Amino acid sequence: MPTPNPSRKREGSVTNSVAWFADVGIADRPTVGGKGGSLGELTSAGIAVPPGFVVTTSAFESFLSALEAREGIRDKVEALDPTDLGAATILSEDLRTRVMEEPMPAEVEQAIMAAMRELCPDGQPVAVRSSATTEDAEDASFAGLQDTFLWVLTPEDMALKVRECWGSLYSVESMTYRRKQGLPEEGVAMAVVVQQMVDAKCAGVMFTRSPTTGDKSVITIEGAWGLGSSVVSGEVTPDKWVMGKITGEISQRDISDKHARQVPAEGGGIVEVENEADIRSAPCLTDAELGALREVGRTIERHYGKAQDIEWALNKQGNLLLLQSRPETVWAMKDAEAKPVSAPSDNPMAHVMNIFGGRR
Amino acid sequence: MSEPAKGFPLPSSVKVVPGTEAAQAAYPYYTQFEPEDDEKFWFYNSMHFPEPMHHFDMITAEAAYVAMGAFNTRVHVLPTAKGVDHRIINGRVYIGGVAVTDPDEIAERVAEFQQRAGYYYENWEDLYAQWKDKMKALIAQAQALPSPSLPDYEPVKTFMEGDAVPASHDLLKIYQQQVEGYHRMWHHHFEFLLLGYGAYMTFFDFCKKAFPEISDQAISRMVAGMEAEIFRPDEEVKRLARRAVELGVDHHFTDDISIEQVLADLDAVGNSGKEWLGELEDSRNPWFNVSSGDGFYHYHRSWNDDLSLPFAALPGYIEKIKAGADITRPTAQLIREREQLVADYRELLDTDEDRAAYDQLIALAHRVFPYVEGHKFYCEHWYTNLFFNKIREFGTLLVEHGFFGPDGREEDVFHLTQYELESAIIDLMLAWGVGTTPRGVKHWPAIVAQRKAAIEEWGKHTCPPALGNVPDAIDDPAINMLWGITRENLDSWLDDGSENEKELKGFAACSGVVEGTARVVKSVSEIHRIQQGDILVCQVTNPTWSPIFQKIGAAVSDIGGSMSHMAIVAREYGLPAVVGTGKATTRIKDGQRIRVDGGKGTVTILEDV
Repeated sequence: MPTPNPSRKREGSVTNSVAWFADVGIADRPTVGGKGGSLGELTSAGIAVPPGFVVTTSAFESFLSALEAREGIRDKVEALDPTDLGAATILSEDLRTRVMEEPMPAEVEQAIMAAMRELCPDGQPVAVRSSATTEDAEDASFAGLQDTFLWVLTPEDMALKVRECWGSLYSVESMTYRRKQGLPEEGVAMAVVVQQMVDAKCAGVMFTRSPTTGDKSVITIEGAWGLGSSVVSGEVTPDKWVMGKITGEISQRDISDKHARQVPAEGGGIVEVENEADIRSAPCLTDAELGALREVGRTIERHYGKAQDIEWALNKQGNLLLLQSRPETVWAMKDAEAKPVSAPSDNPMAHVMNIFGGRR
Repeated sequence: MSEPAKGFPLPSSVKVVPGTEAAQAAYPYYTQFEPEDDEKFWFYNSMHFPEPMHHFDMITAEAAYVAMGAFNTRVHVLPTAKGVDHRIINGRVYIGGVAVTDPDEIAERVAEFQQRAGYYYENWEDLYAQWKDKMKALIAQAQALPSPSLPDYEPVKTFMEGDAVPASHDLLKIYQQQVEGYHRMWHHHFEFLLLGYGAYMTFFDFCKKAFPEISDQAISRMVAGMEAEIFRPDEEVKRLARRAVELGVDHHFTDDISIEQVLADLDAVGNSGKEWLGELEDSRNPWFNVSSGDGFYHYHRSWNDDLSLPFAALPGYIEKIKAGADITRPTAQLIREREQLVADYRELLDTDEDRAAYDQLIALAHRVFPYVEGHKFYCEHWYTNLFFNKIREFGTLLVEHGFFGPDGREEDVFHLTQYELESAIIDLMLAWGVGTTPRGVKHWPAIVAQRKAAIEEWGKHTCPPALGNVPDAIDDPAINMLWGITRENLDSWLDDGSENEKELKGFAACSGVVEGTARVVKSVSEIHRIQQGDILVCQVTNPTWSPIFQKIGAAVSDIGGSMSHMAIVAREYGLPAVVGTGKATTRIKDGQRIRVDGGKGTVTILEDV
């Protein structure tokens, strides 16, 4: 697919409505969100990431100012009683309608539509995903509240999906979560990632440590035919492999019966189709492709210095692309309290004695 | 998971195969099951003794268990494990370990063990250097023993220059020295072995805790020694291939050649041929003293006895050399790869404490490993080969004197126990001196025929993998290591009836998935049947088979663990391999299409012939 040069630098991009992946990193989380920052970081690290840009929090802020000018928003959320679901539902409907109906500030709308035309000169489809700015937004309970729109075809539709991402900040779950945590509304912002979409032959996730034992010496890869959304949403039982991170040995291969796959729908969005009999039970990745995934997983893990939870896709040409990477959190928390594997000793003999002496 | 209700049959319930009672009774009395044995746990030592035992070959089990027991119980004083008891029924060797369970006795033994093992670990290199000297002296002693023979008249120099002791006495002396030497060799064998494995196992245990999903083969690769003698025979074949090209005699080596013809041709073609034959002699002594099996049976012959294996490998190596390939074992690169692997795993550890323990344990494993890998060449290969060949010479002598009937063969001697053989030698000494015909001429032919039939019959019967009651102490790591059994083994043995008939499980020795034609090879003489890309299926492979690894797509064996020599060599060749399947050569038929998954340790039969 033709891609704009991602290494091009733009002046002061982060203060603008639009920031290109190549120009941002994790440190820019407050303006581009965790997802946007991570994609920027991966791009700069030379990992193959589909090109894209972030609609920054600055775009959101100017949109929100316009809304606030008309009628208060943040004070209404802060006044919400998180236990009163009825009130929250009414407020959510009201605020989301306003987000959808308020005209976008002209400079924001022009900037993001121009960016999309630059990103997709031949009308390539994009994915639009919300990118939260707060650390705790990586908490699974919050991440699930955010929105992803796949196979968005036109700049106009993209702008609409950006609004929907913004509006998701005012979902019942999102608002009550913030109220329960006592987070101030001042500073609550949402960045949105717009990324060229991969028409994936197959896609899935990769953990750079074992989700079951926390072992850092293995990589677990799950994948299925078509877009990765079927794996992430759990609608298809993916193929699963466990491989040695260092050795590349494949110690486990569970090839599942993958009944369906998600593919682009005509006119945008995605649709689920039945898998043909000959591919249902065929592994969606070759050993060579698994090897390439392992290499990328190791590179990203080294780059961040911690285990990662990665979304990947293989395009129709067989090229591996990274869609997202975030730090693994479950085992990282357990590590903090882990004891040494073996008590230190001046002499290695002591360890051998422990084994032979039956004292373990 | 197996149901706890399942159990193994009691020894007393195992019946001797009808018609083989006399052959069974002829094994030494101390190897026969007795009623009290029902109280203990026994398992079939298929790893070392996968085939019914010829009566003479029982000496290998006996000498090994004498030595192992003495070292565990009395020399190193292992805290939780003493020796291994053995029994034989229907030609199958069952063993049972003796565990120490009394806490006071363990404490007492720990104190002894610390002092004794500590001495070994601290002086490892010096002691190992001394050990090699001891082994080489023992080998030299065995090589110096003359062939047993009896002249019609004693030469005059026996009394003019010698001690006037006639040749018949030499028979007894040679025989007894050989038996003594074989026992001594097994003591040398066990002097370091368990301590070496212990250091390896400690590192293994650490890795399994730090990296719960690490494969055995990854750990093995971090430990594997690089300069061990086991790799040398194959390197010698490569050297001979290179010399053949350099000397311009390489065209003599093709597939399906007669070795005698090639040797004769080379002798006839002039200097270059003779020079190559000289090189061959250099390689043969000592490096071709490797057994084509694991050296535990008399019929595991060495390359020196049968040149099939090195000669089968020569054409392939020659072809590679002529194509410009460097086939020398890349030791420096292998060491770099090993060190990289060690460093990469180290990087994954979280704390300084873990890194410190890891560094200590890998260093200890690297120190002890040259012995663990190297001792086999001297013990199981070189010495054992000398020993059985000397016994074979007695076989020749007895055949000459009619002991095994008109159609007797030298190999018949191995149907006698070591005590029976000594009695036959005394019988011969008597008859030679008395001037009569040995009584054995009438005595042995029927017995040999009976035992031959019994061995054949026993080979048709399967035997239970274990007998008796499973002990509680089975989870002790020393016991797992020494006896080679784990809870998982036992569970899988108990589950044996319900397993998938098309799939065999073994140790994942070297990862990779390969499909191909199974070539079930029961002895080296069948090596020529292996075609490029075939999957080798054999009872036991060891370094001596490695020259043909260049030809095959994958390897499967009945016997061996992830640290077995075959596994080590397979990893070097990057050859997918599954070892220790227990029954590949009986379940897989020659010519079947099979899939080997060396990462999972499975072999799947895809279709029938």
